[in-house]
Amino acid sequence: MALSEAQSVGAEPGRPERSGVELSGAEIVVQALADEGVEFVFGYPGGAVLHIYDAVFRQESVKHILVRHEQGASHAADGYARATGKCGVCLVTSGPGATNAVTGIATAYMDSIPMVILTGQVPTPVIGSDAFQEVDTVGITRPCVKHNFLVKDVRDLAVTIRKAFYIATSGRPGPVVVDIPKDVTDPNIKIPYDYPRDVKMRSYNPVLKGHPGQIRKAVDLILEAKRPVFYTGGGVVLGEASGQLTDLVRATGFPVTSTLMGLGAYPMTDPQFIGMLGMHGTYEANMAMHETDVLIAIGARFDDRVTGKIEHFCPHAKIIHVDVDPSSISKNVKVHVPIVGQVANVLADMLKLYRELAPRSEEQPVSDWWAKIAEWRGVDCLQYDRSSAAIKPQFAVETLYKVTGGDLYLTSDVGQHQMFAAQFYPFDKPRRWINSGGLGTMGFGLPAAMGVQLAFPDAQVACISGEASILMCIQELATCLQYGLPVKVILLNNGYMGMVRQWQEFFYESRYSNSYVDALPDFVKLAESFGHVGMRVDRPADLEAAMTEAFAMKNRLVFMDVIVDPTENVYPMIAAGKGHHEMHLAPSLSDRELA
Amino acid sequence: MRHIIAVLLENEAGALSRVAGLFSARGYNIESLTVAPTDDPTLSRMTLVTTGNDDVVEQIKKQLNKLIDTVKLLDLSEGPHIEREMMMIKVRAERQDREEIKRLTEIFRAKIIDVTDTSYVIELTGASKKLDAFIGAVPEGLIVEVVRSGPTGISRGEKGLTV
Repeated sequence: MALSEAQSVGAEPGRPERSGVELSGAEIVVQALADEGVEFVFGYPGGAVLHIYDAVFRQESVKHILVRHEQGASHAADGYARATGKCGVCLVTSGPGATNAVTGIATAYMDSIPMVILTGQVPTPVIGSDAFQEVDTVGITRPCVKHNFLVKDVRDLAVTIRKAFYIATSGRPGPVVVDIPKDVTDPNIKIPYDYPRDVKMRSYNPVLKGHPGQIRKAVDLILEAKRPVFYTGGGVVLGEASGQLTDLVRATGFPVTSTLMGLGAYPMTDPQFIGMLGMHGTYEANMAMHETDVLIAIGARFDDRVTGKIEHFCPHAKIIHVDVDPSSISKNVKVHVPIVGQVANVLADMLKLYRELAPRSEEQPVSDWWAKIAEWRGVDCLQYDRSSAAIKPQFAVETLYKVTGGDLYLTSDVGQHQMFAAQFYPFDKPRRWINSGGLGTMGFGLPAAMGVQLAFPDAQVACISGEASILMCIQELATCLQYGLPVKVILLNNGYMGMVRQWQEFFYESRYSNSYVDALPDFVKLAESFGHVGMRVDRPADLEAAMTEAFAMKNRLVFMDVIVDPTENVYPMIAAGKGHHEMHLAPSLSDRELA
Repeated sequence: MRHIIAVLLENEAGALSRVAGLFSARGYNIESLTVAPTDDPTLSRMTLVTTGNDDVVEQIKKQLNKLIDTVKLLDLSEGPHIEREMMMIKVRAERQDREEIKRLTEIFRAKIIDVTDTSYVIELTGASKKLDAFIGAVPEGLIVEVVRSGPTGISRGEKGLTV
């Protein structure tokens, strides 16, 4: 059979050795994935993709992971991509299969995650006739993909899939949908298969190197800076530029802050790291942003959760912005030195020039600035009540750090637990902190953790969640059982949609409209009914031992229902429409102390 | 400020809806948009007219360039260029109005391209403002129907917007 023959040659990923074999459309889809070096396809079968599923059945090089809902497929592929840097792949059927995947596609789009989503479509002759399970997938996904294709001819299939992978993984990455009508995968129509090695597109040529003149201007500004700050984002992680960033930050001796998406790109335990910035950023990071004279933004997009009110954003700063996507530059905040290019290249060029031009000196650079930052750090903005009889969510995250020794892939859902994890779990490596930052998708954490655990079967993988978020994709516990994925679910159970409750407390005079989840399941029994281990902890004194026990169960999924203080809030907080210098701090820190 | 932007797009299904979708999703103004294939059948040329301050127009151009189907883009308003729009206008033309409208057509160097006992269809090509002026000049109450192509444009000089 053609397909198994093709595998026996052992095509090297991206460099297929075979050409001219006769394959059907369905076989082409699967062989193209093998030629791309795809390990896992996350999917769910249905009418329009049955030919493809038959081809999946008759081969072994691409492993199919059967999820329980297509949203889970798209999040799992996304989690796999975030943890590995490779392209995530999904396969879903037409109609509801495609629409269920849309939340995950939009999630990946907002965070620029490389993904290829193959969707089945009704046969070409009935497209547009409101056929069973027909939906205009290309139309529905258009605003939330980097690009999408409808393949109407089997002869276009291989080259379209190659283009999809190329577009998804190059430049600013993003999800690409390939919509494939059922007749295009007809097993009876075979054509010569020739997977293109390279693809060239006249309309798409991502910029690689930064402009030398702009880099010179940036380094000149850096050399003159008195109160500089590096502000780094998810682009550093996506662009594999963590090493280059660390080198440049250490060479300059400047402070560095990160967005939620960039955490871990620079080691968070390093003294030059001053914490996350933005709405729930540290006092020192946000004050440094407010006072800085030279802001060096790397692979960050000036999101509203980072900038606060634009009019108050970095009022004294000249801004350098490095990004691979020209449309990110001066979109929200006008910058002085834009540099378009791949972050790793630009940072390496900047470092080289900096080393040539920087004066040799034994003194700590910008020491007055560091003295100021030390004062702000002295505020200890992340303090919380450690004597509480209830488990504080912050304490739970600190315990997680202690038990895992900092060596963890942590996925997150969305809400207070996400912010506590970002504040209290210092990641020293990129691709360890996996969360939906841009879209803020509840339900992301558990399926994302499946993708991570499949990629790294021996690694410690945990999903931190809340009792509201976890229920949005709880069905994936079954997938975890089927594939033996020993994810640890750390559920910070406060009985509320915590972040919604917090906003209602602050801005709606504590009218808790629909933010309380009545009738919660018994999560221990729920986990057990899915064949996993359930644990409940409600006393601070028991937490460390329980977590240690959970992580010792190397081959089991353990679902830890951690009952936390229901009224804890995330501090510091910058309310919408406020500037970086207008933070709410924890009630224990009165405003007077800070003046 | 008003900008007229010319875009060369891959002549692919859905390219037009990507552009239209971009403008609606990001809340940009769009006054008109025309598109047709070029001498190269793999390329479509689109002309769109938009308004916005410099920052907004800069962002519009970046977002258009970011579309995978966009091959090249030129903001014609940045240099000397020629702009033309075509209009067909149907007017009631009876008794003394027939002569009056025919005179108007000559003054504007327009053409009458359809005649009945009671109506004319007039074709007029020119800058959009000239078309506006013609509409303004037609005596009150005589216009039956107006159809305009939306402006298209080309830069002056020897350089062209090509691949």
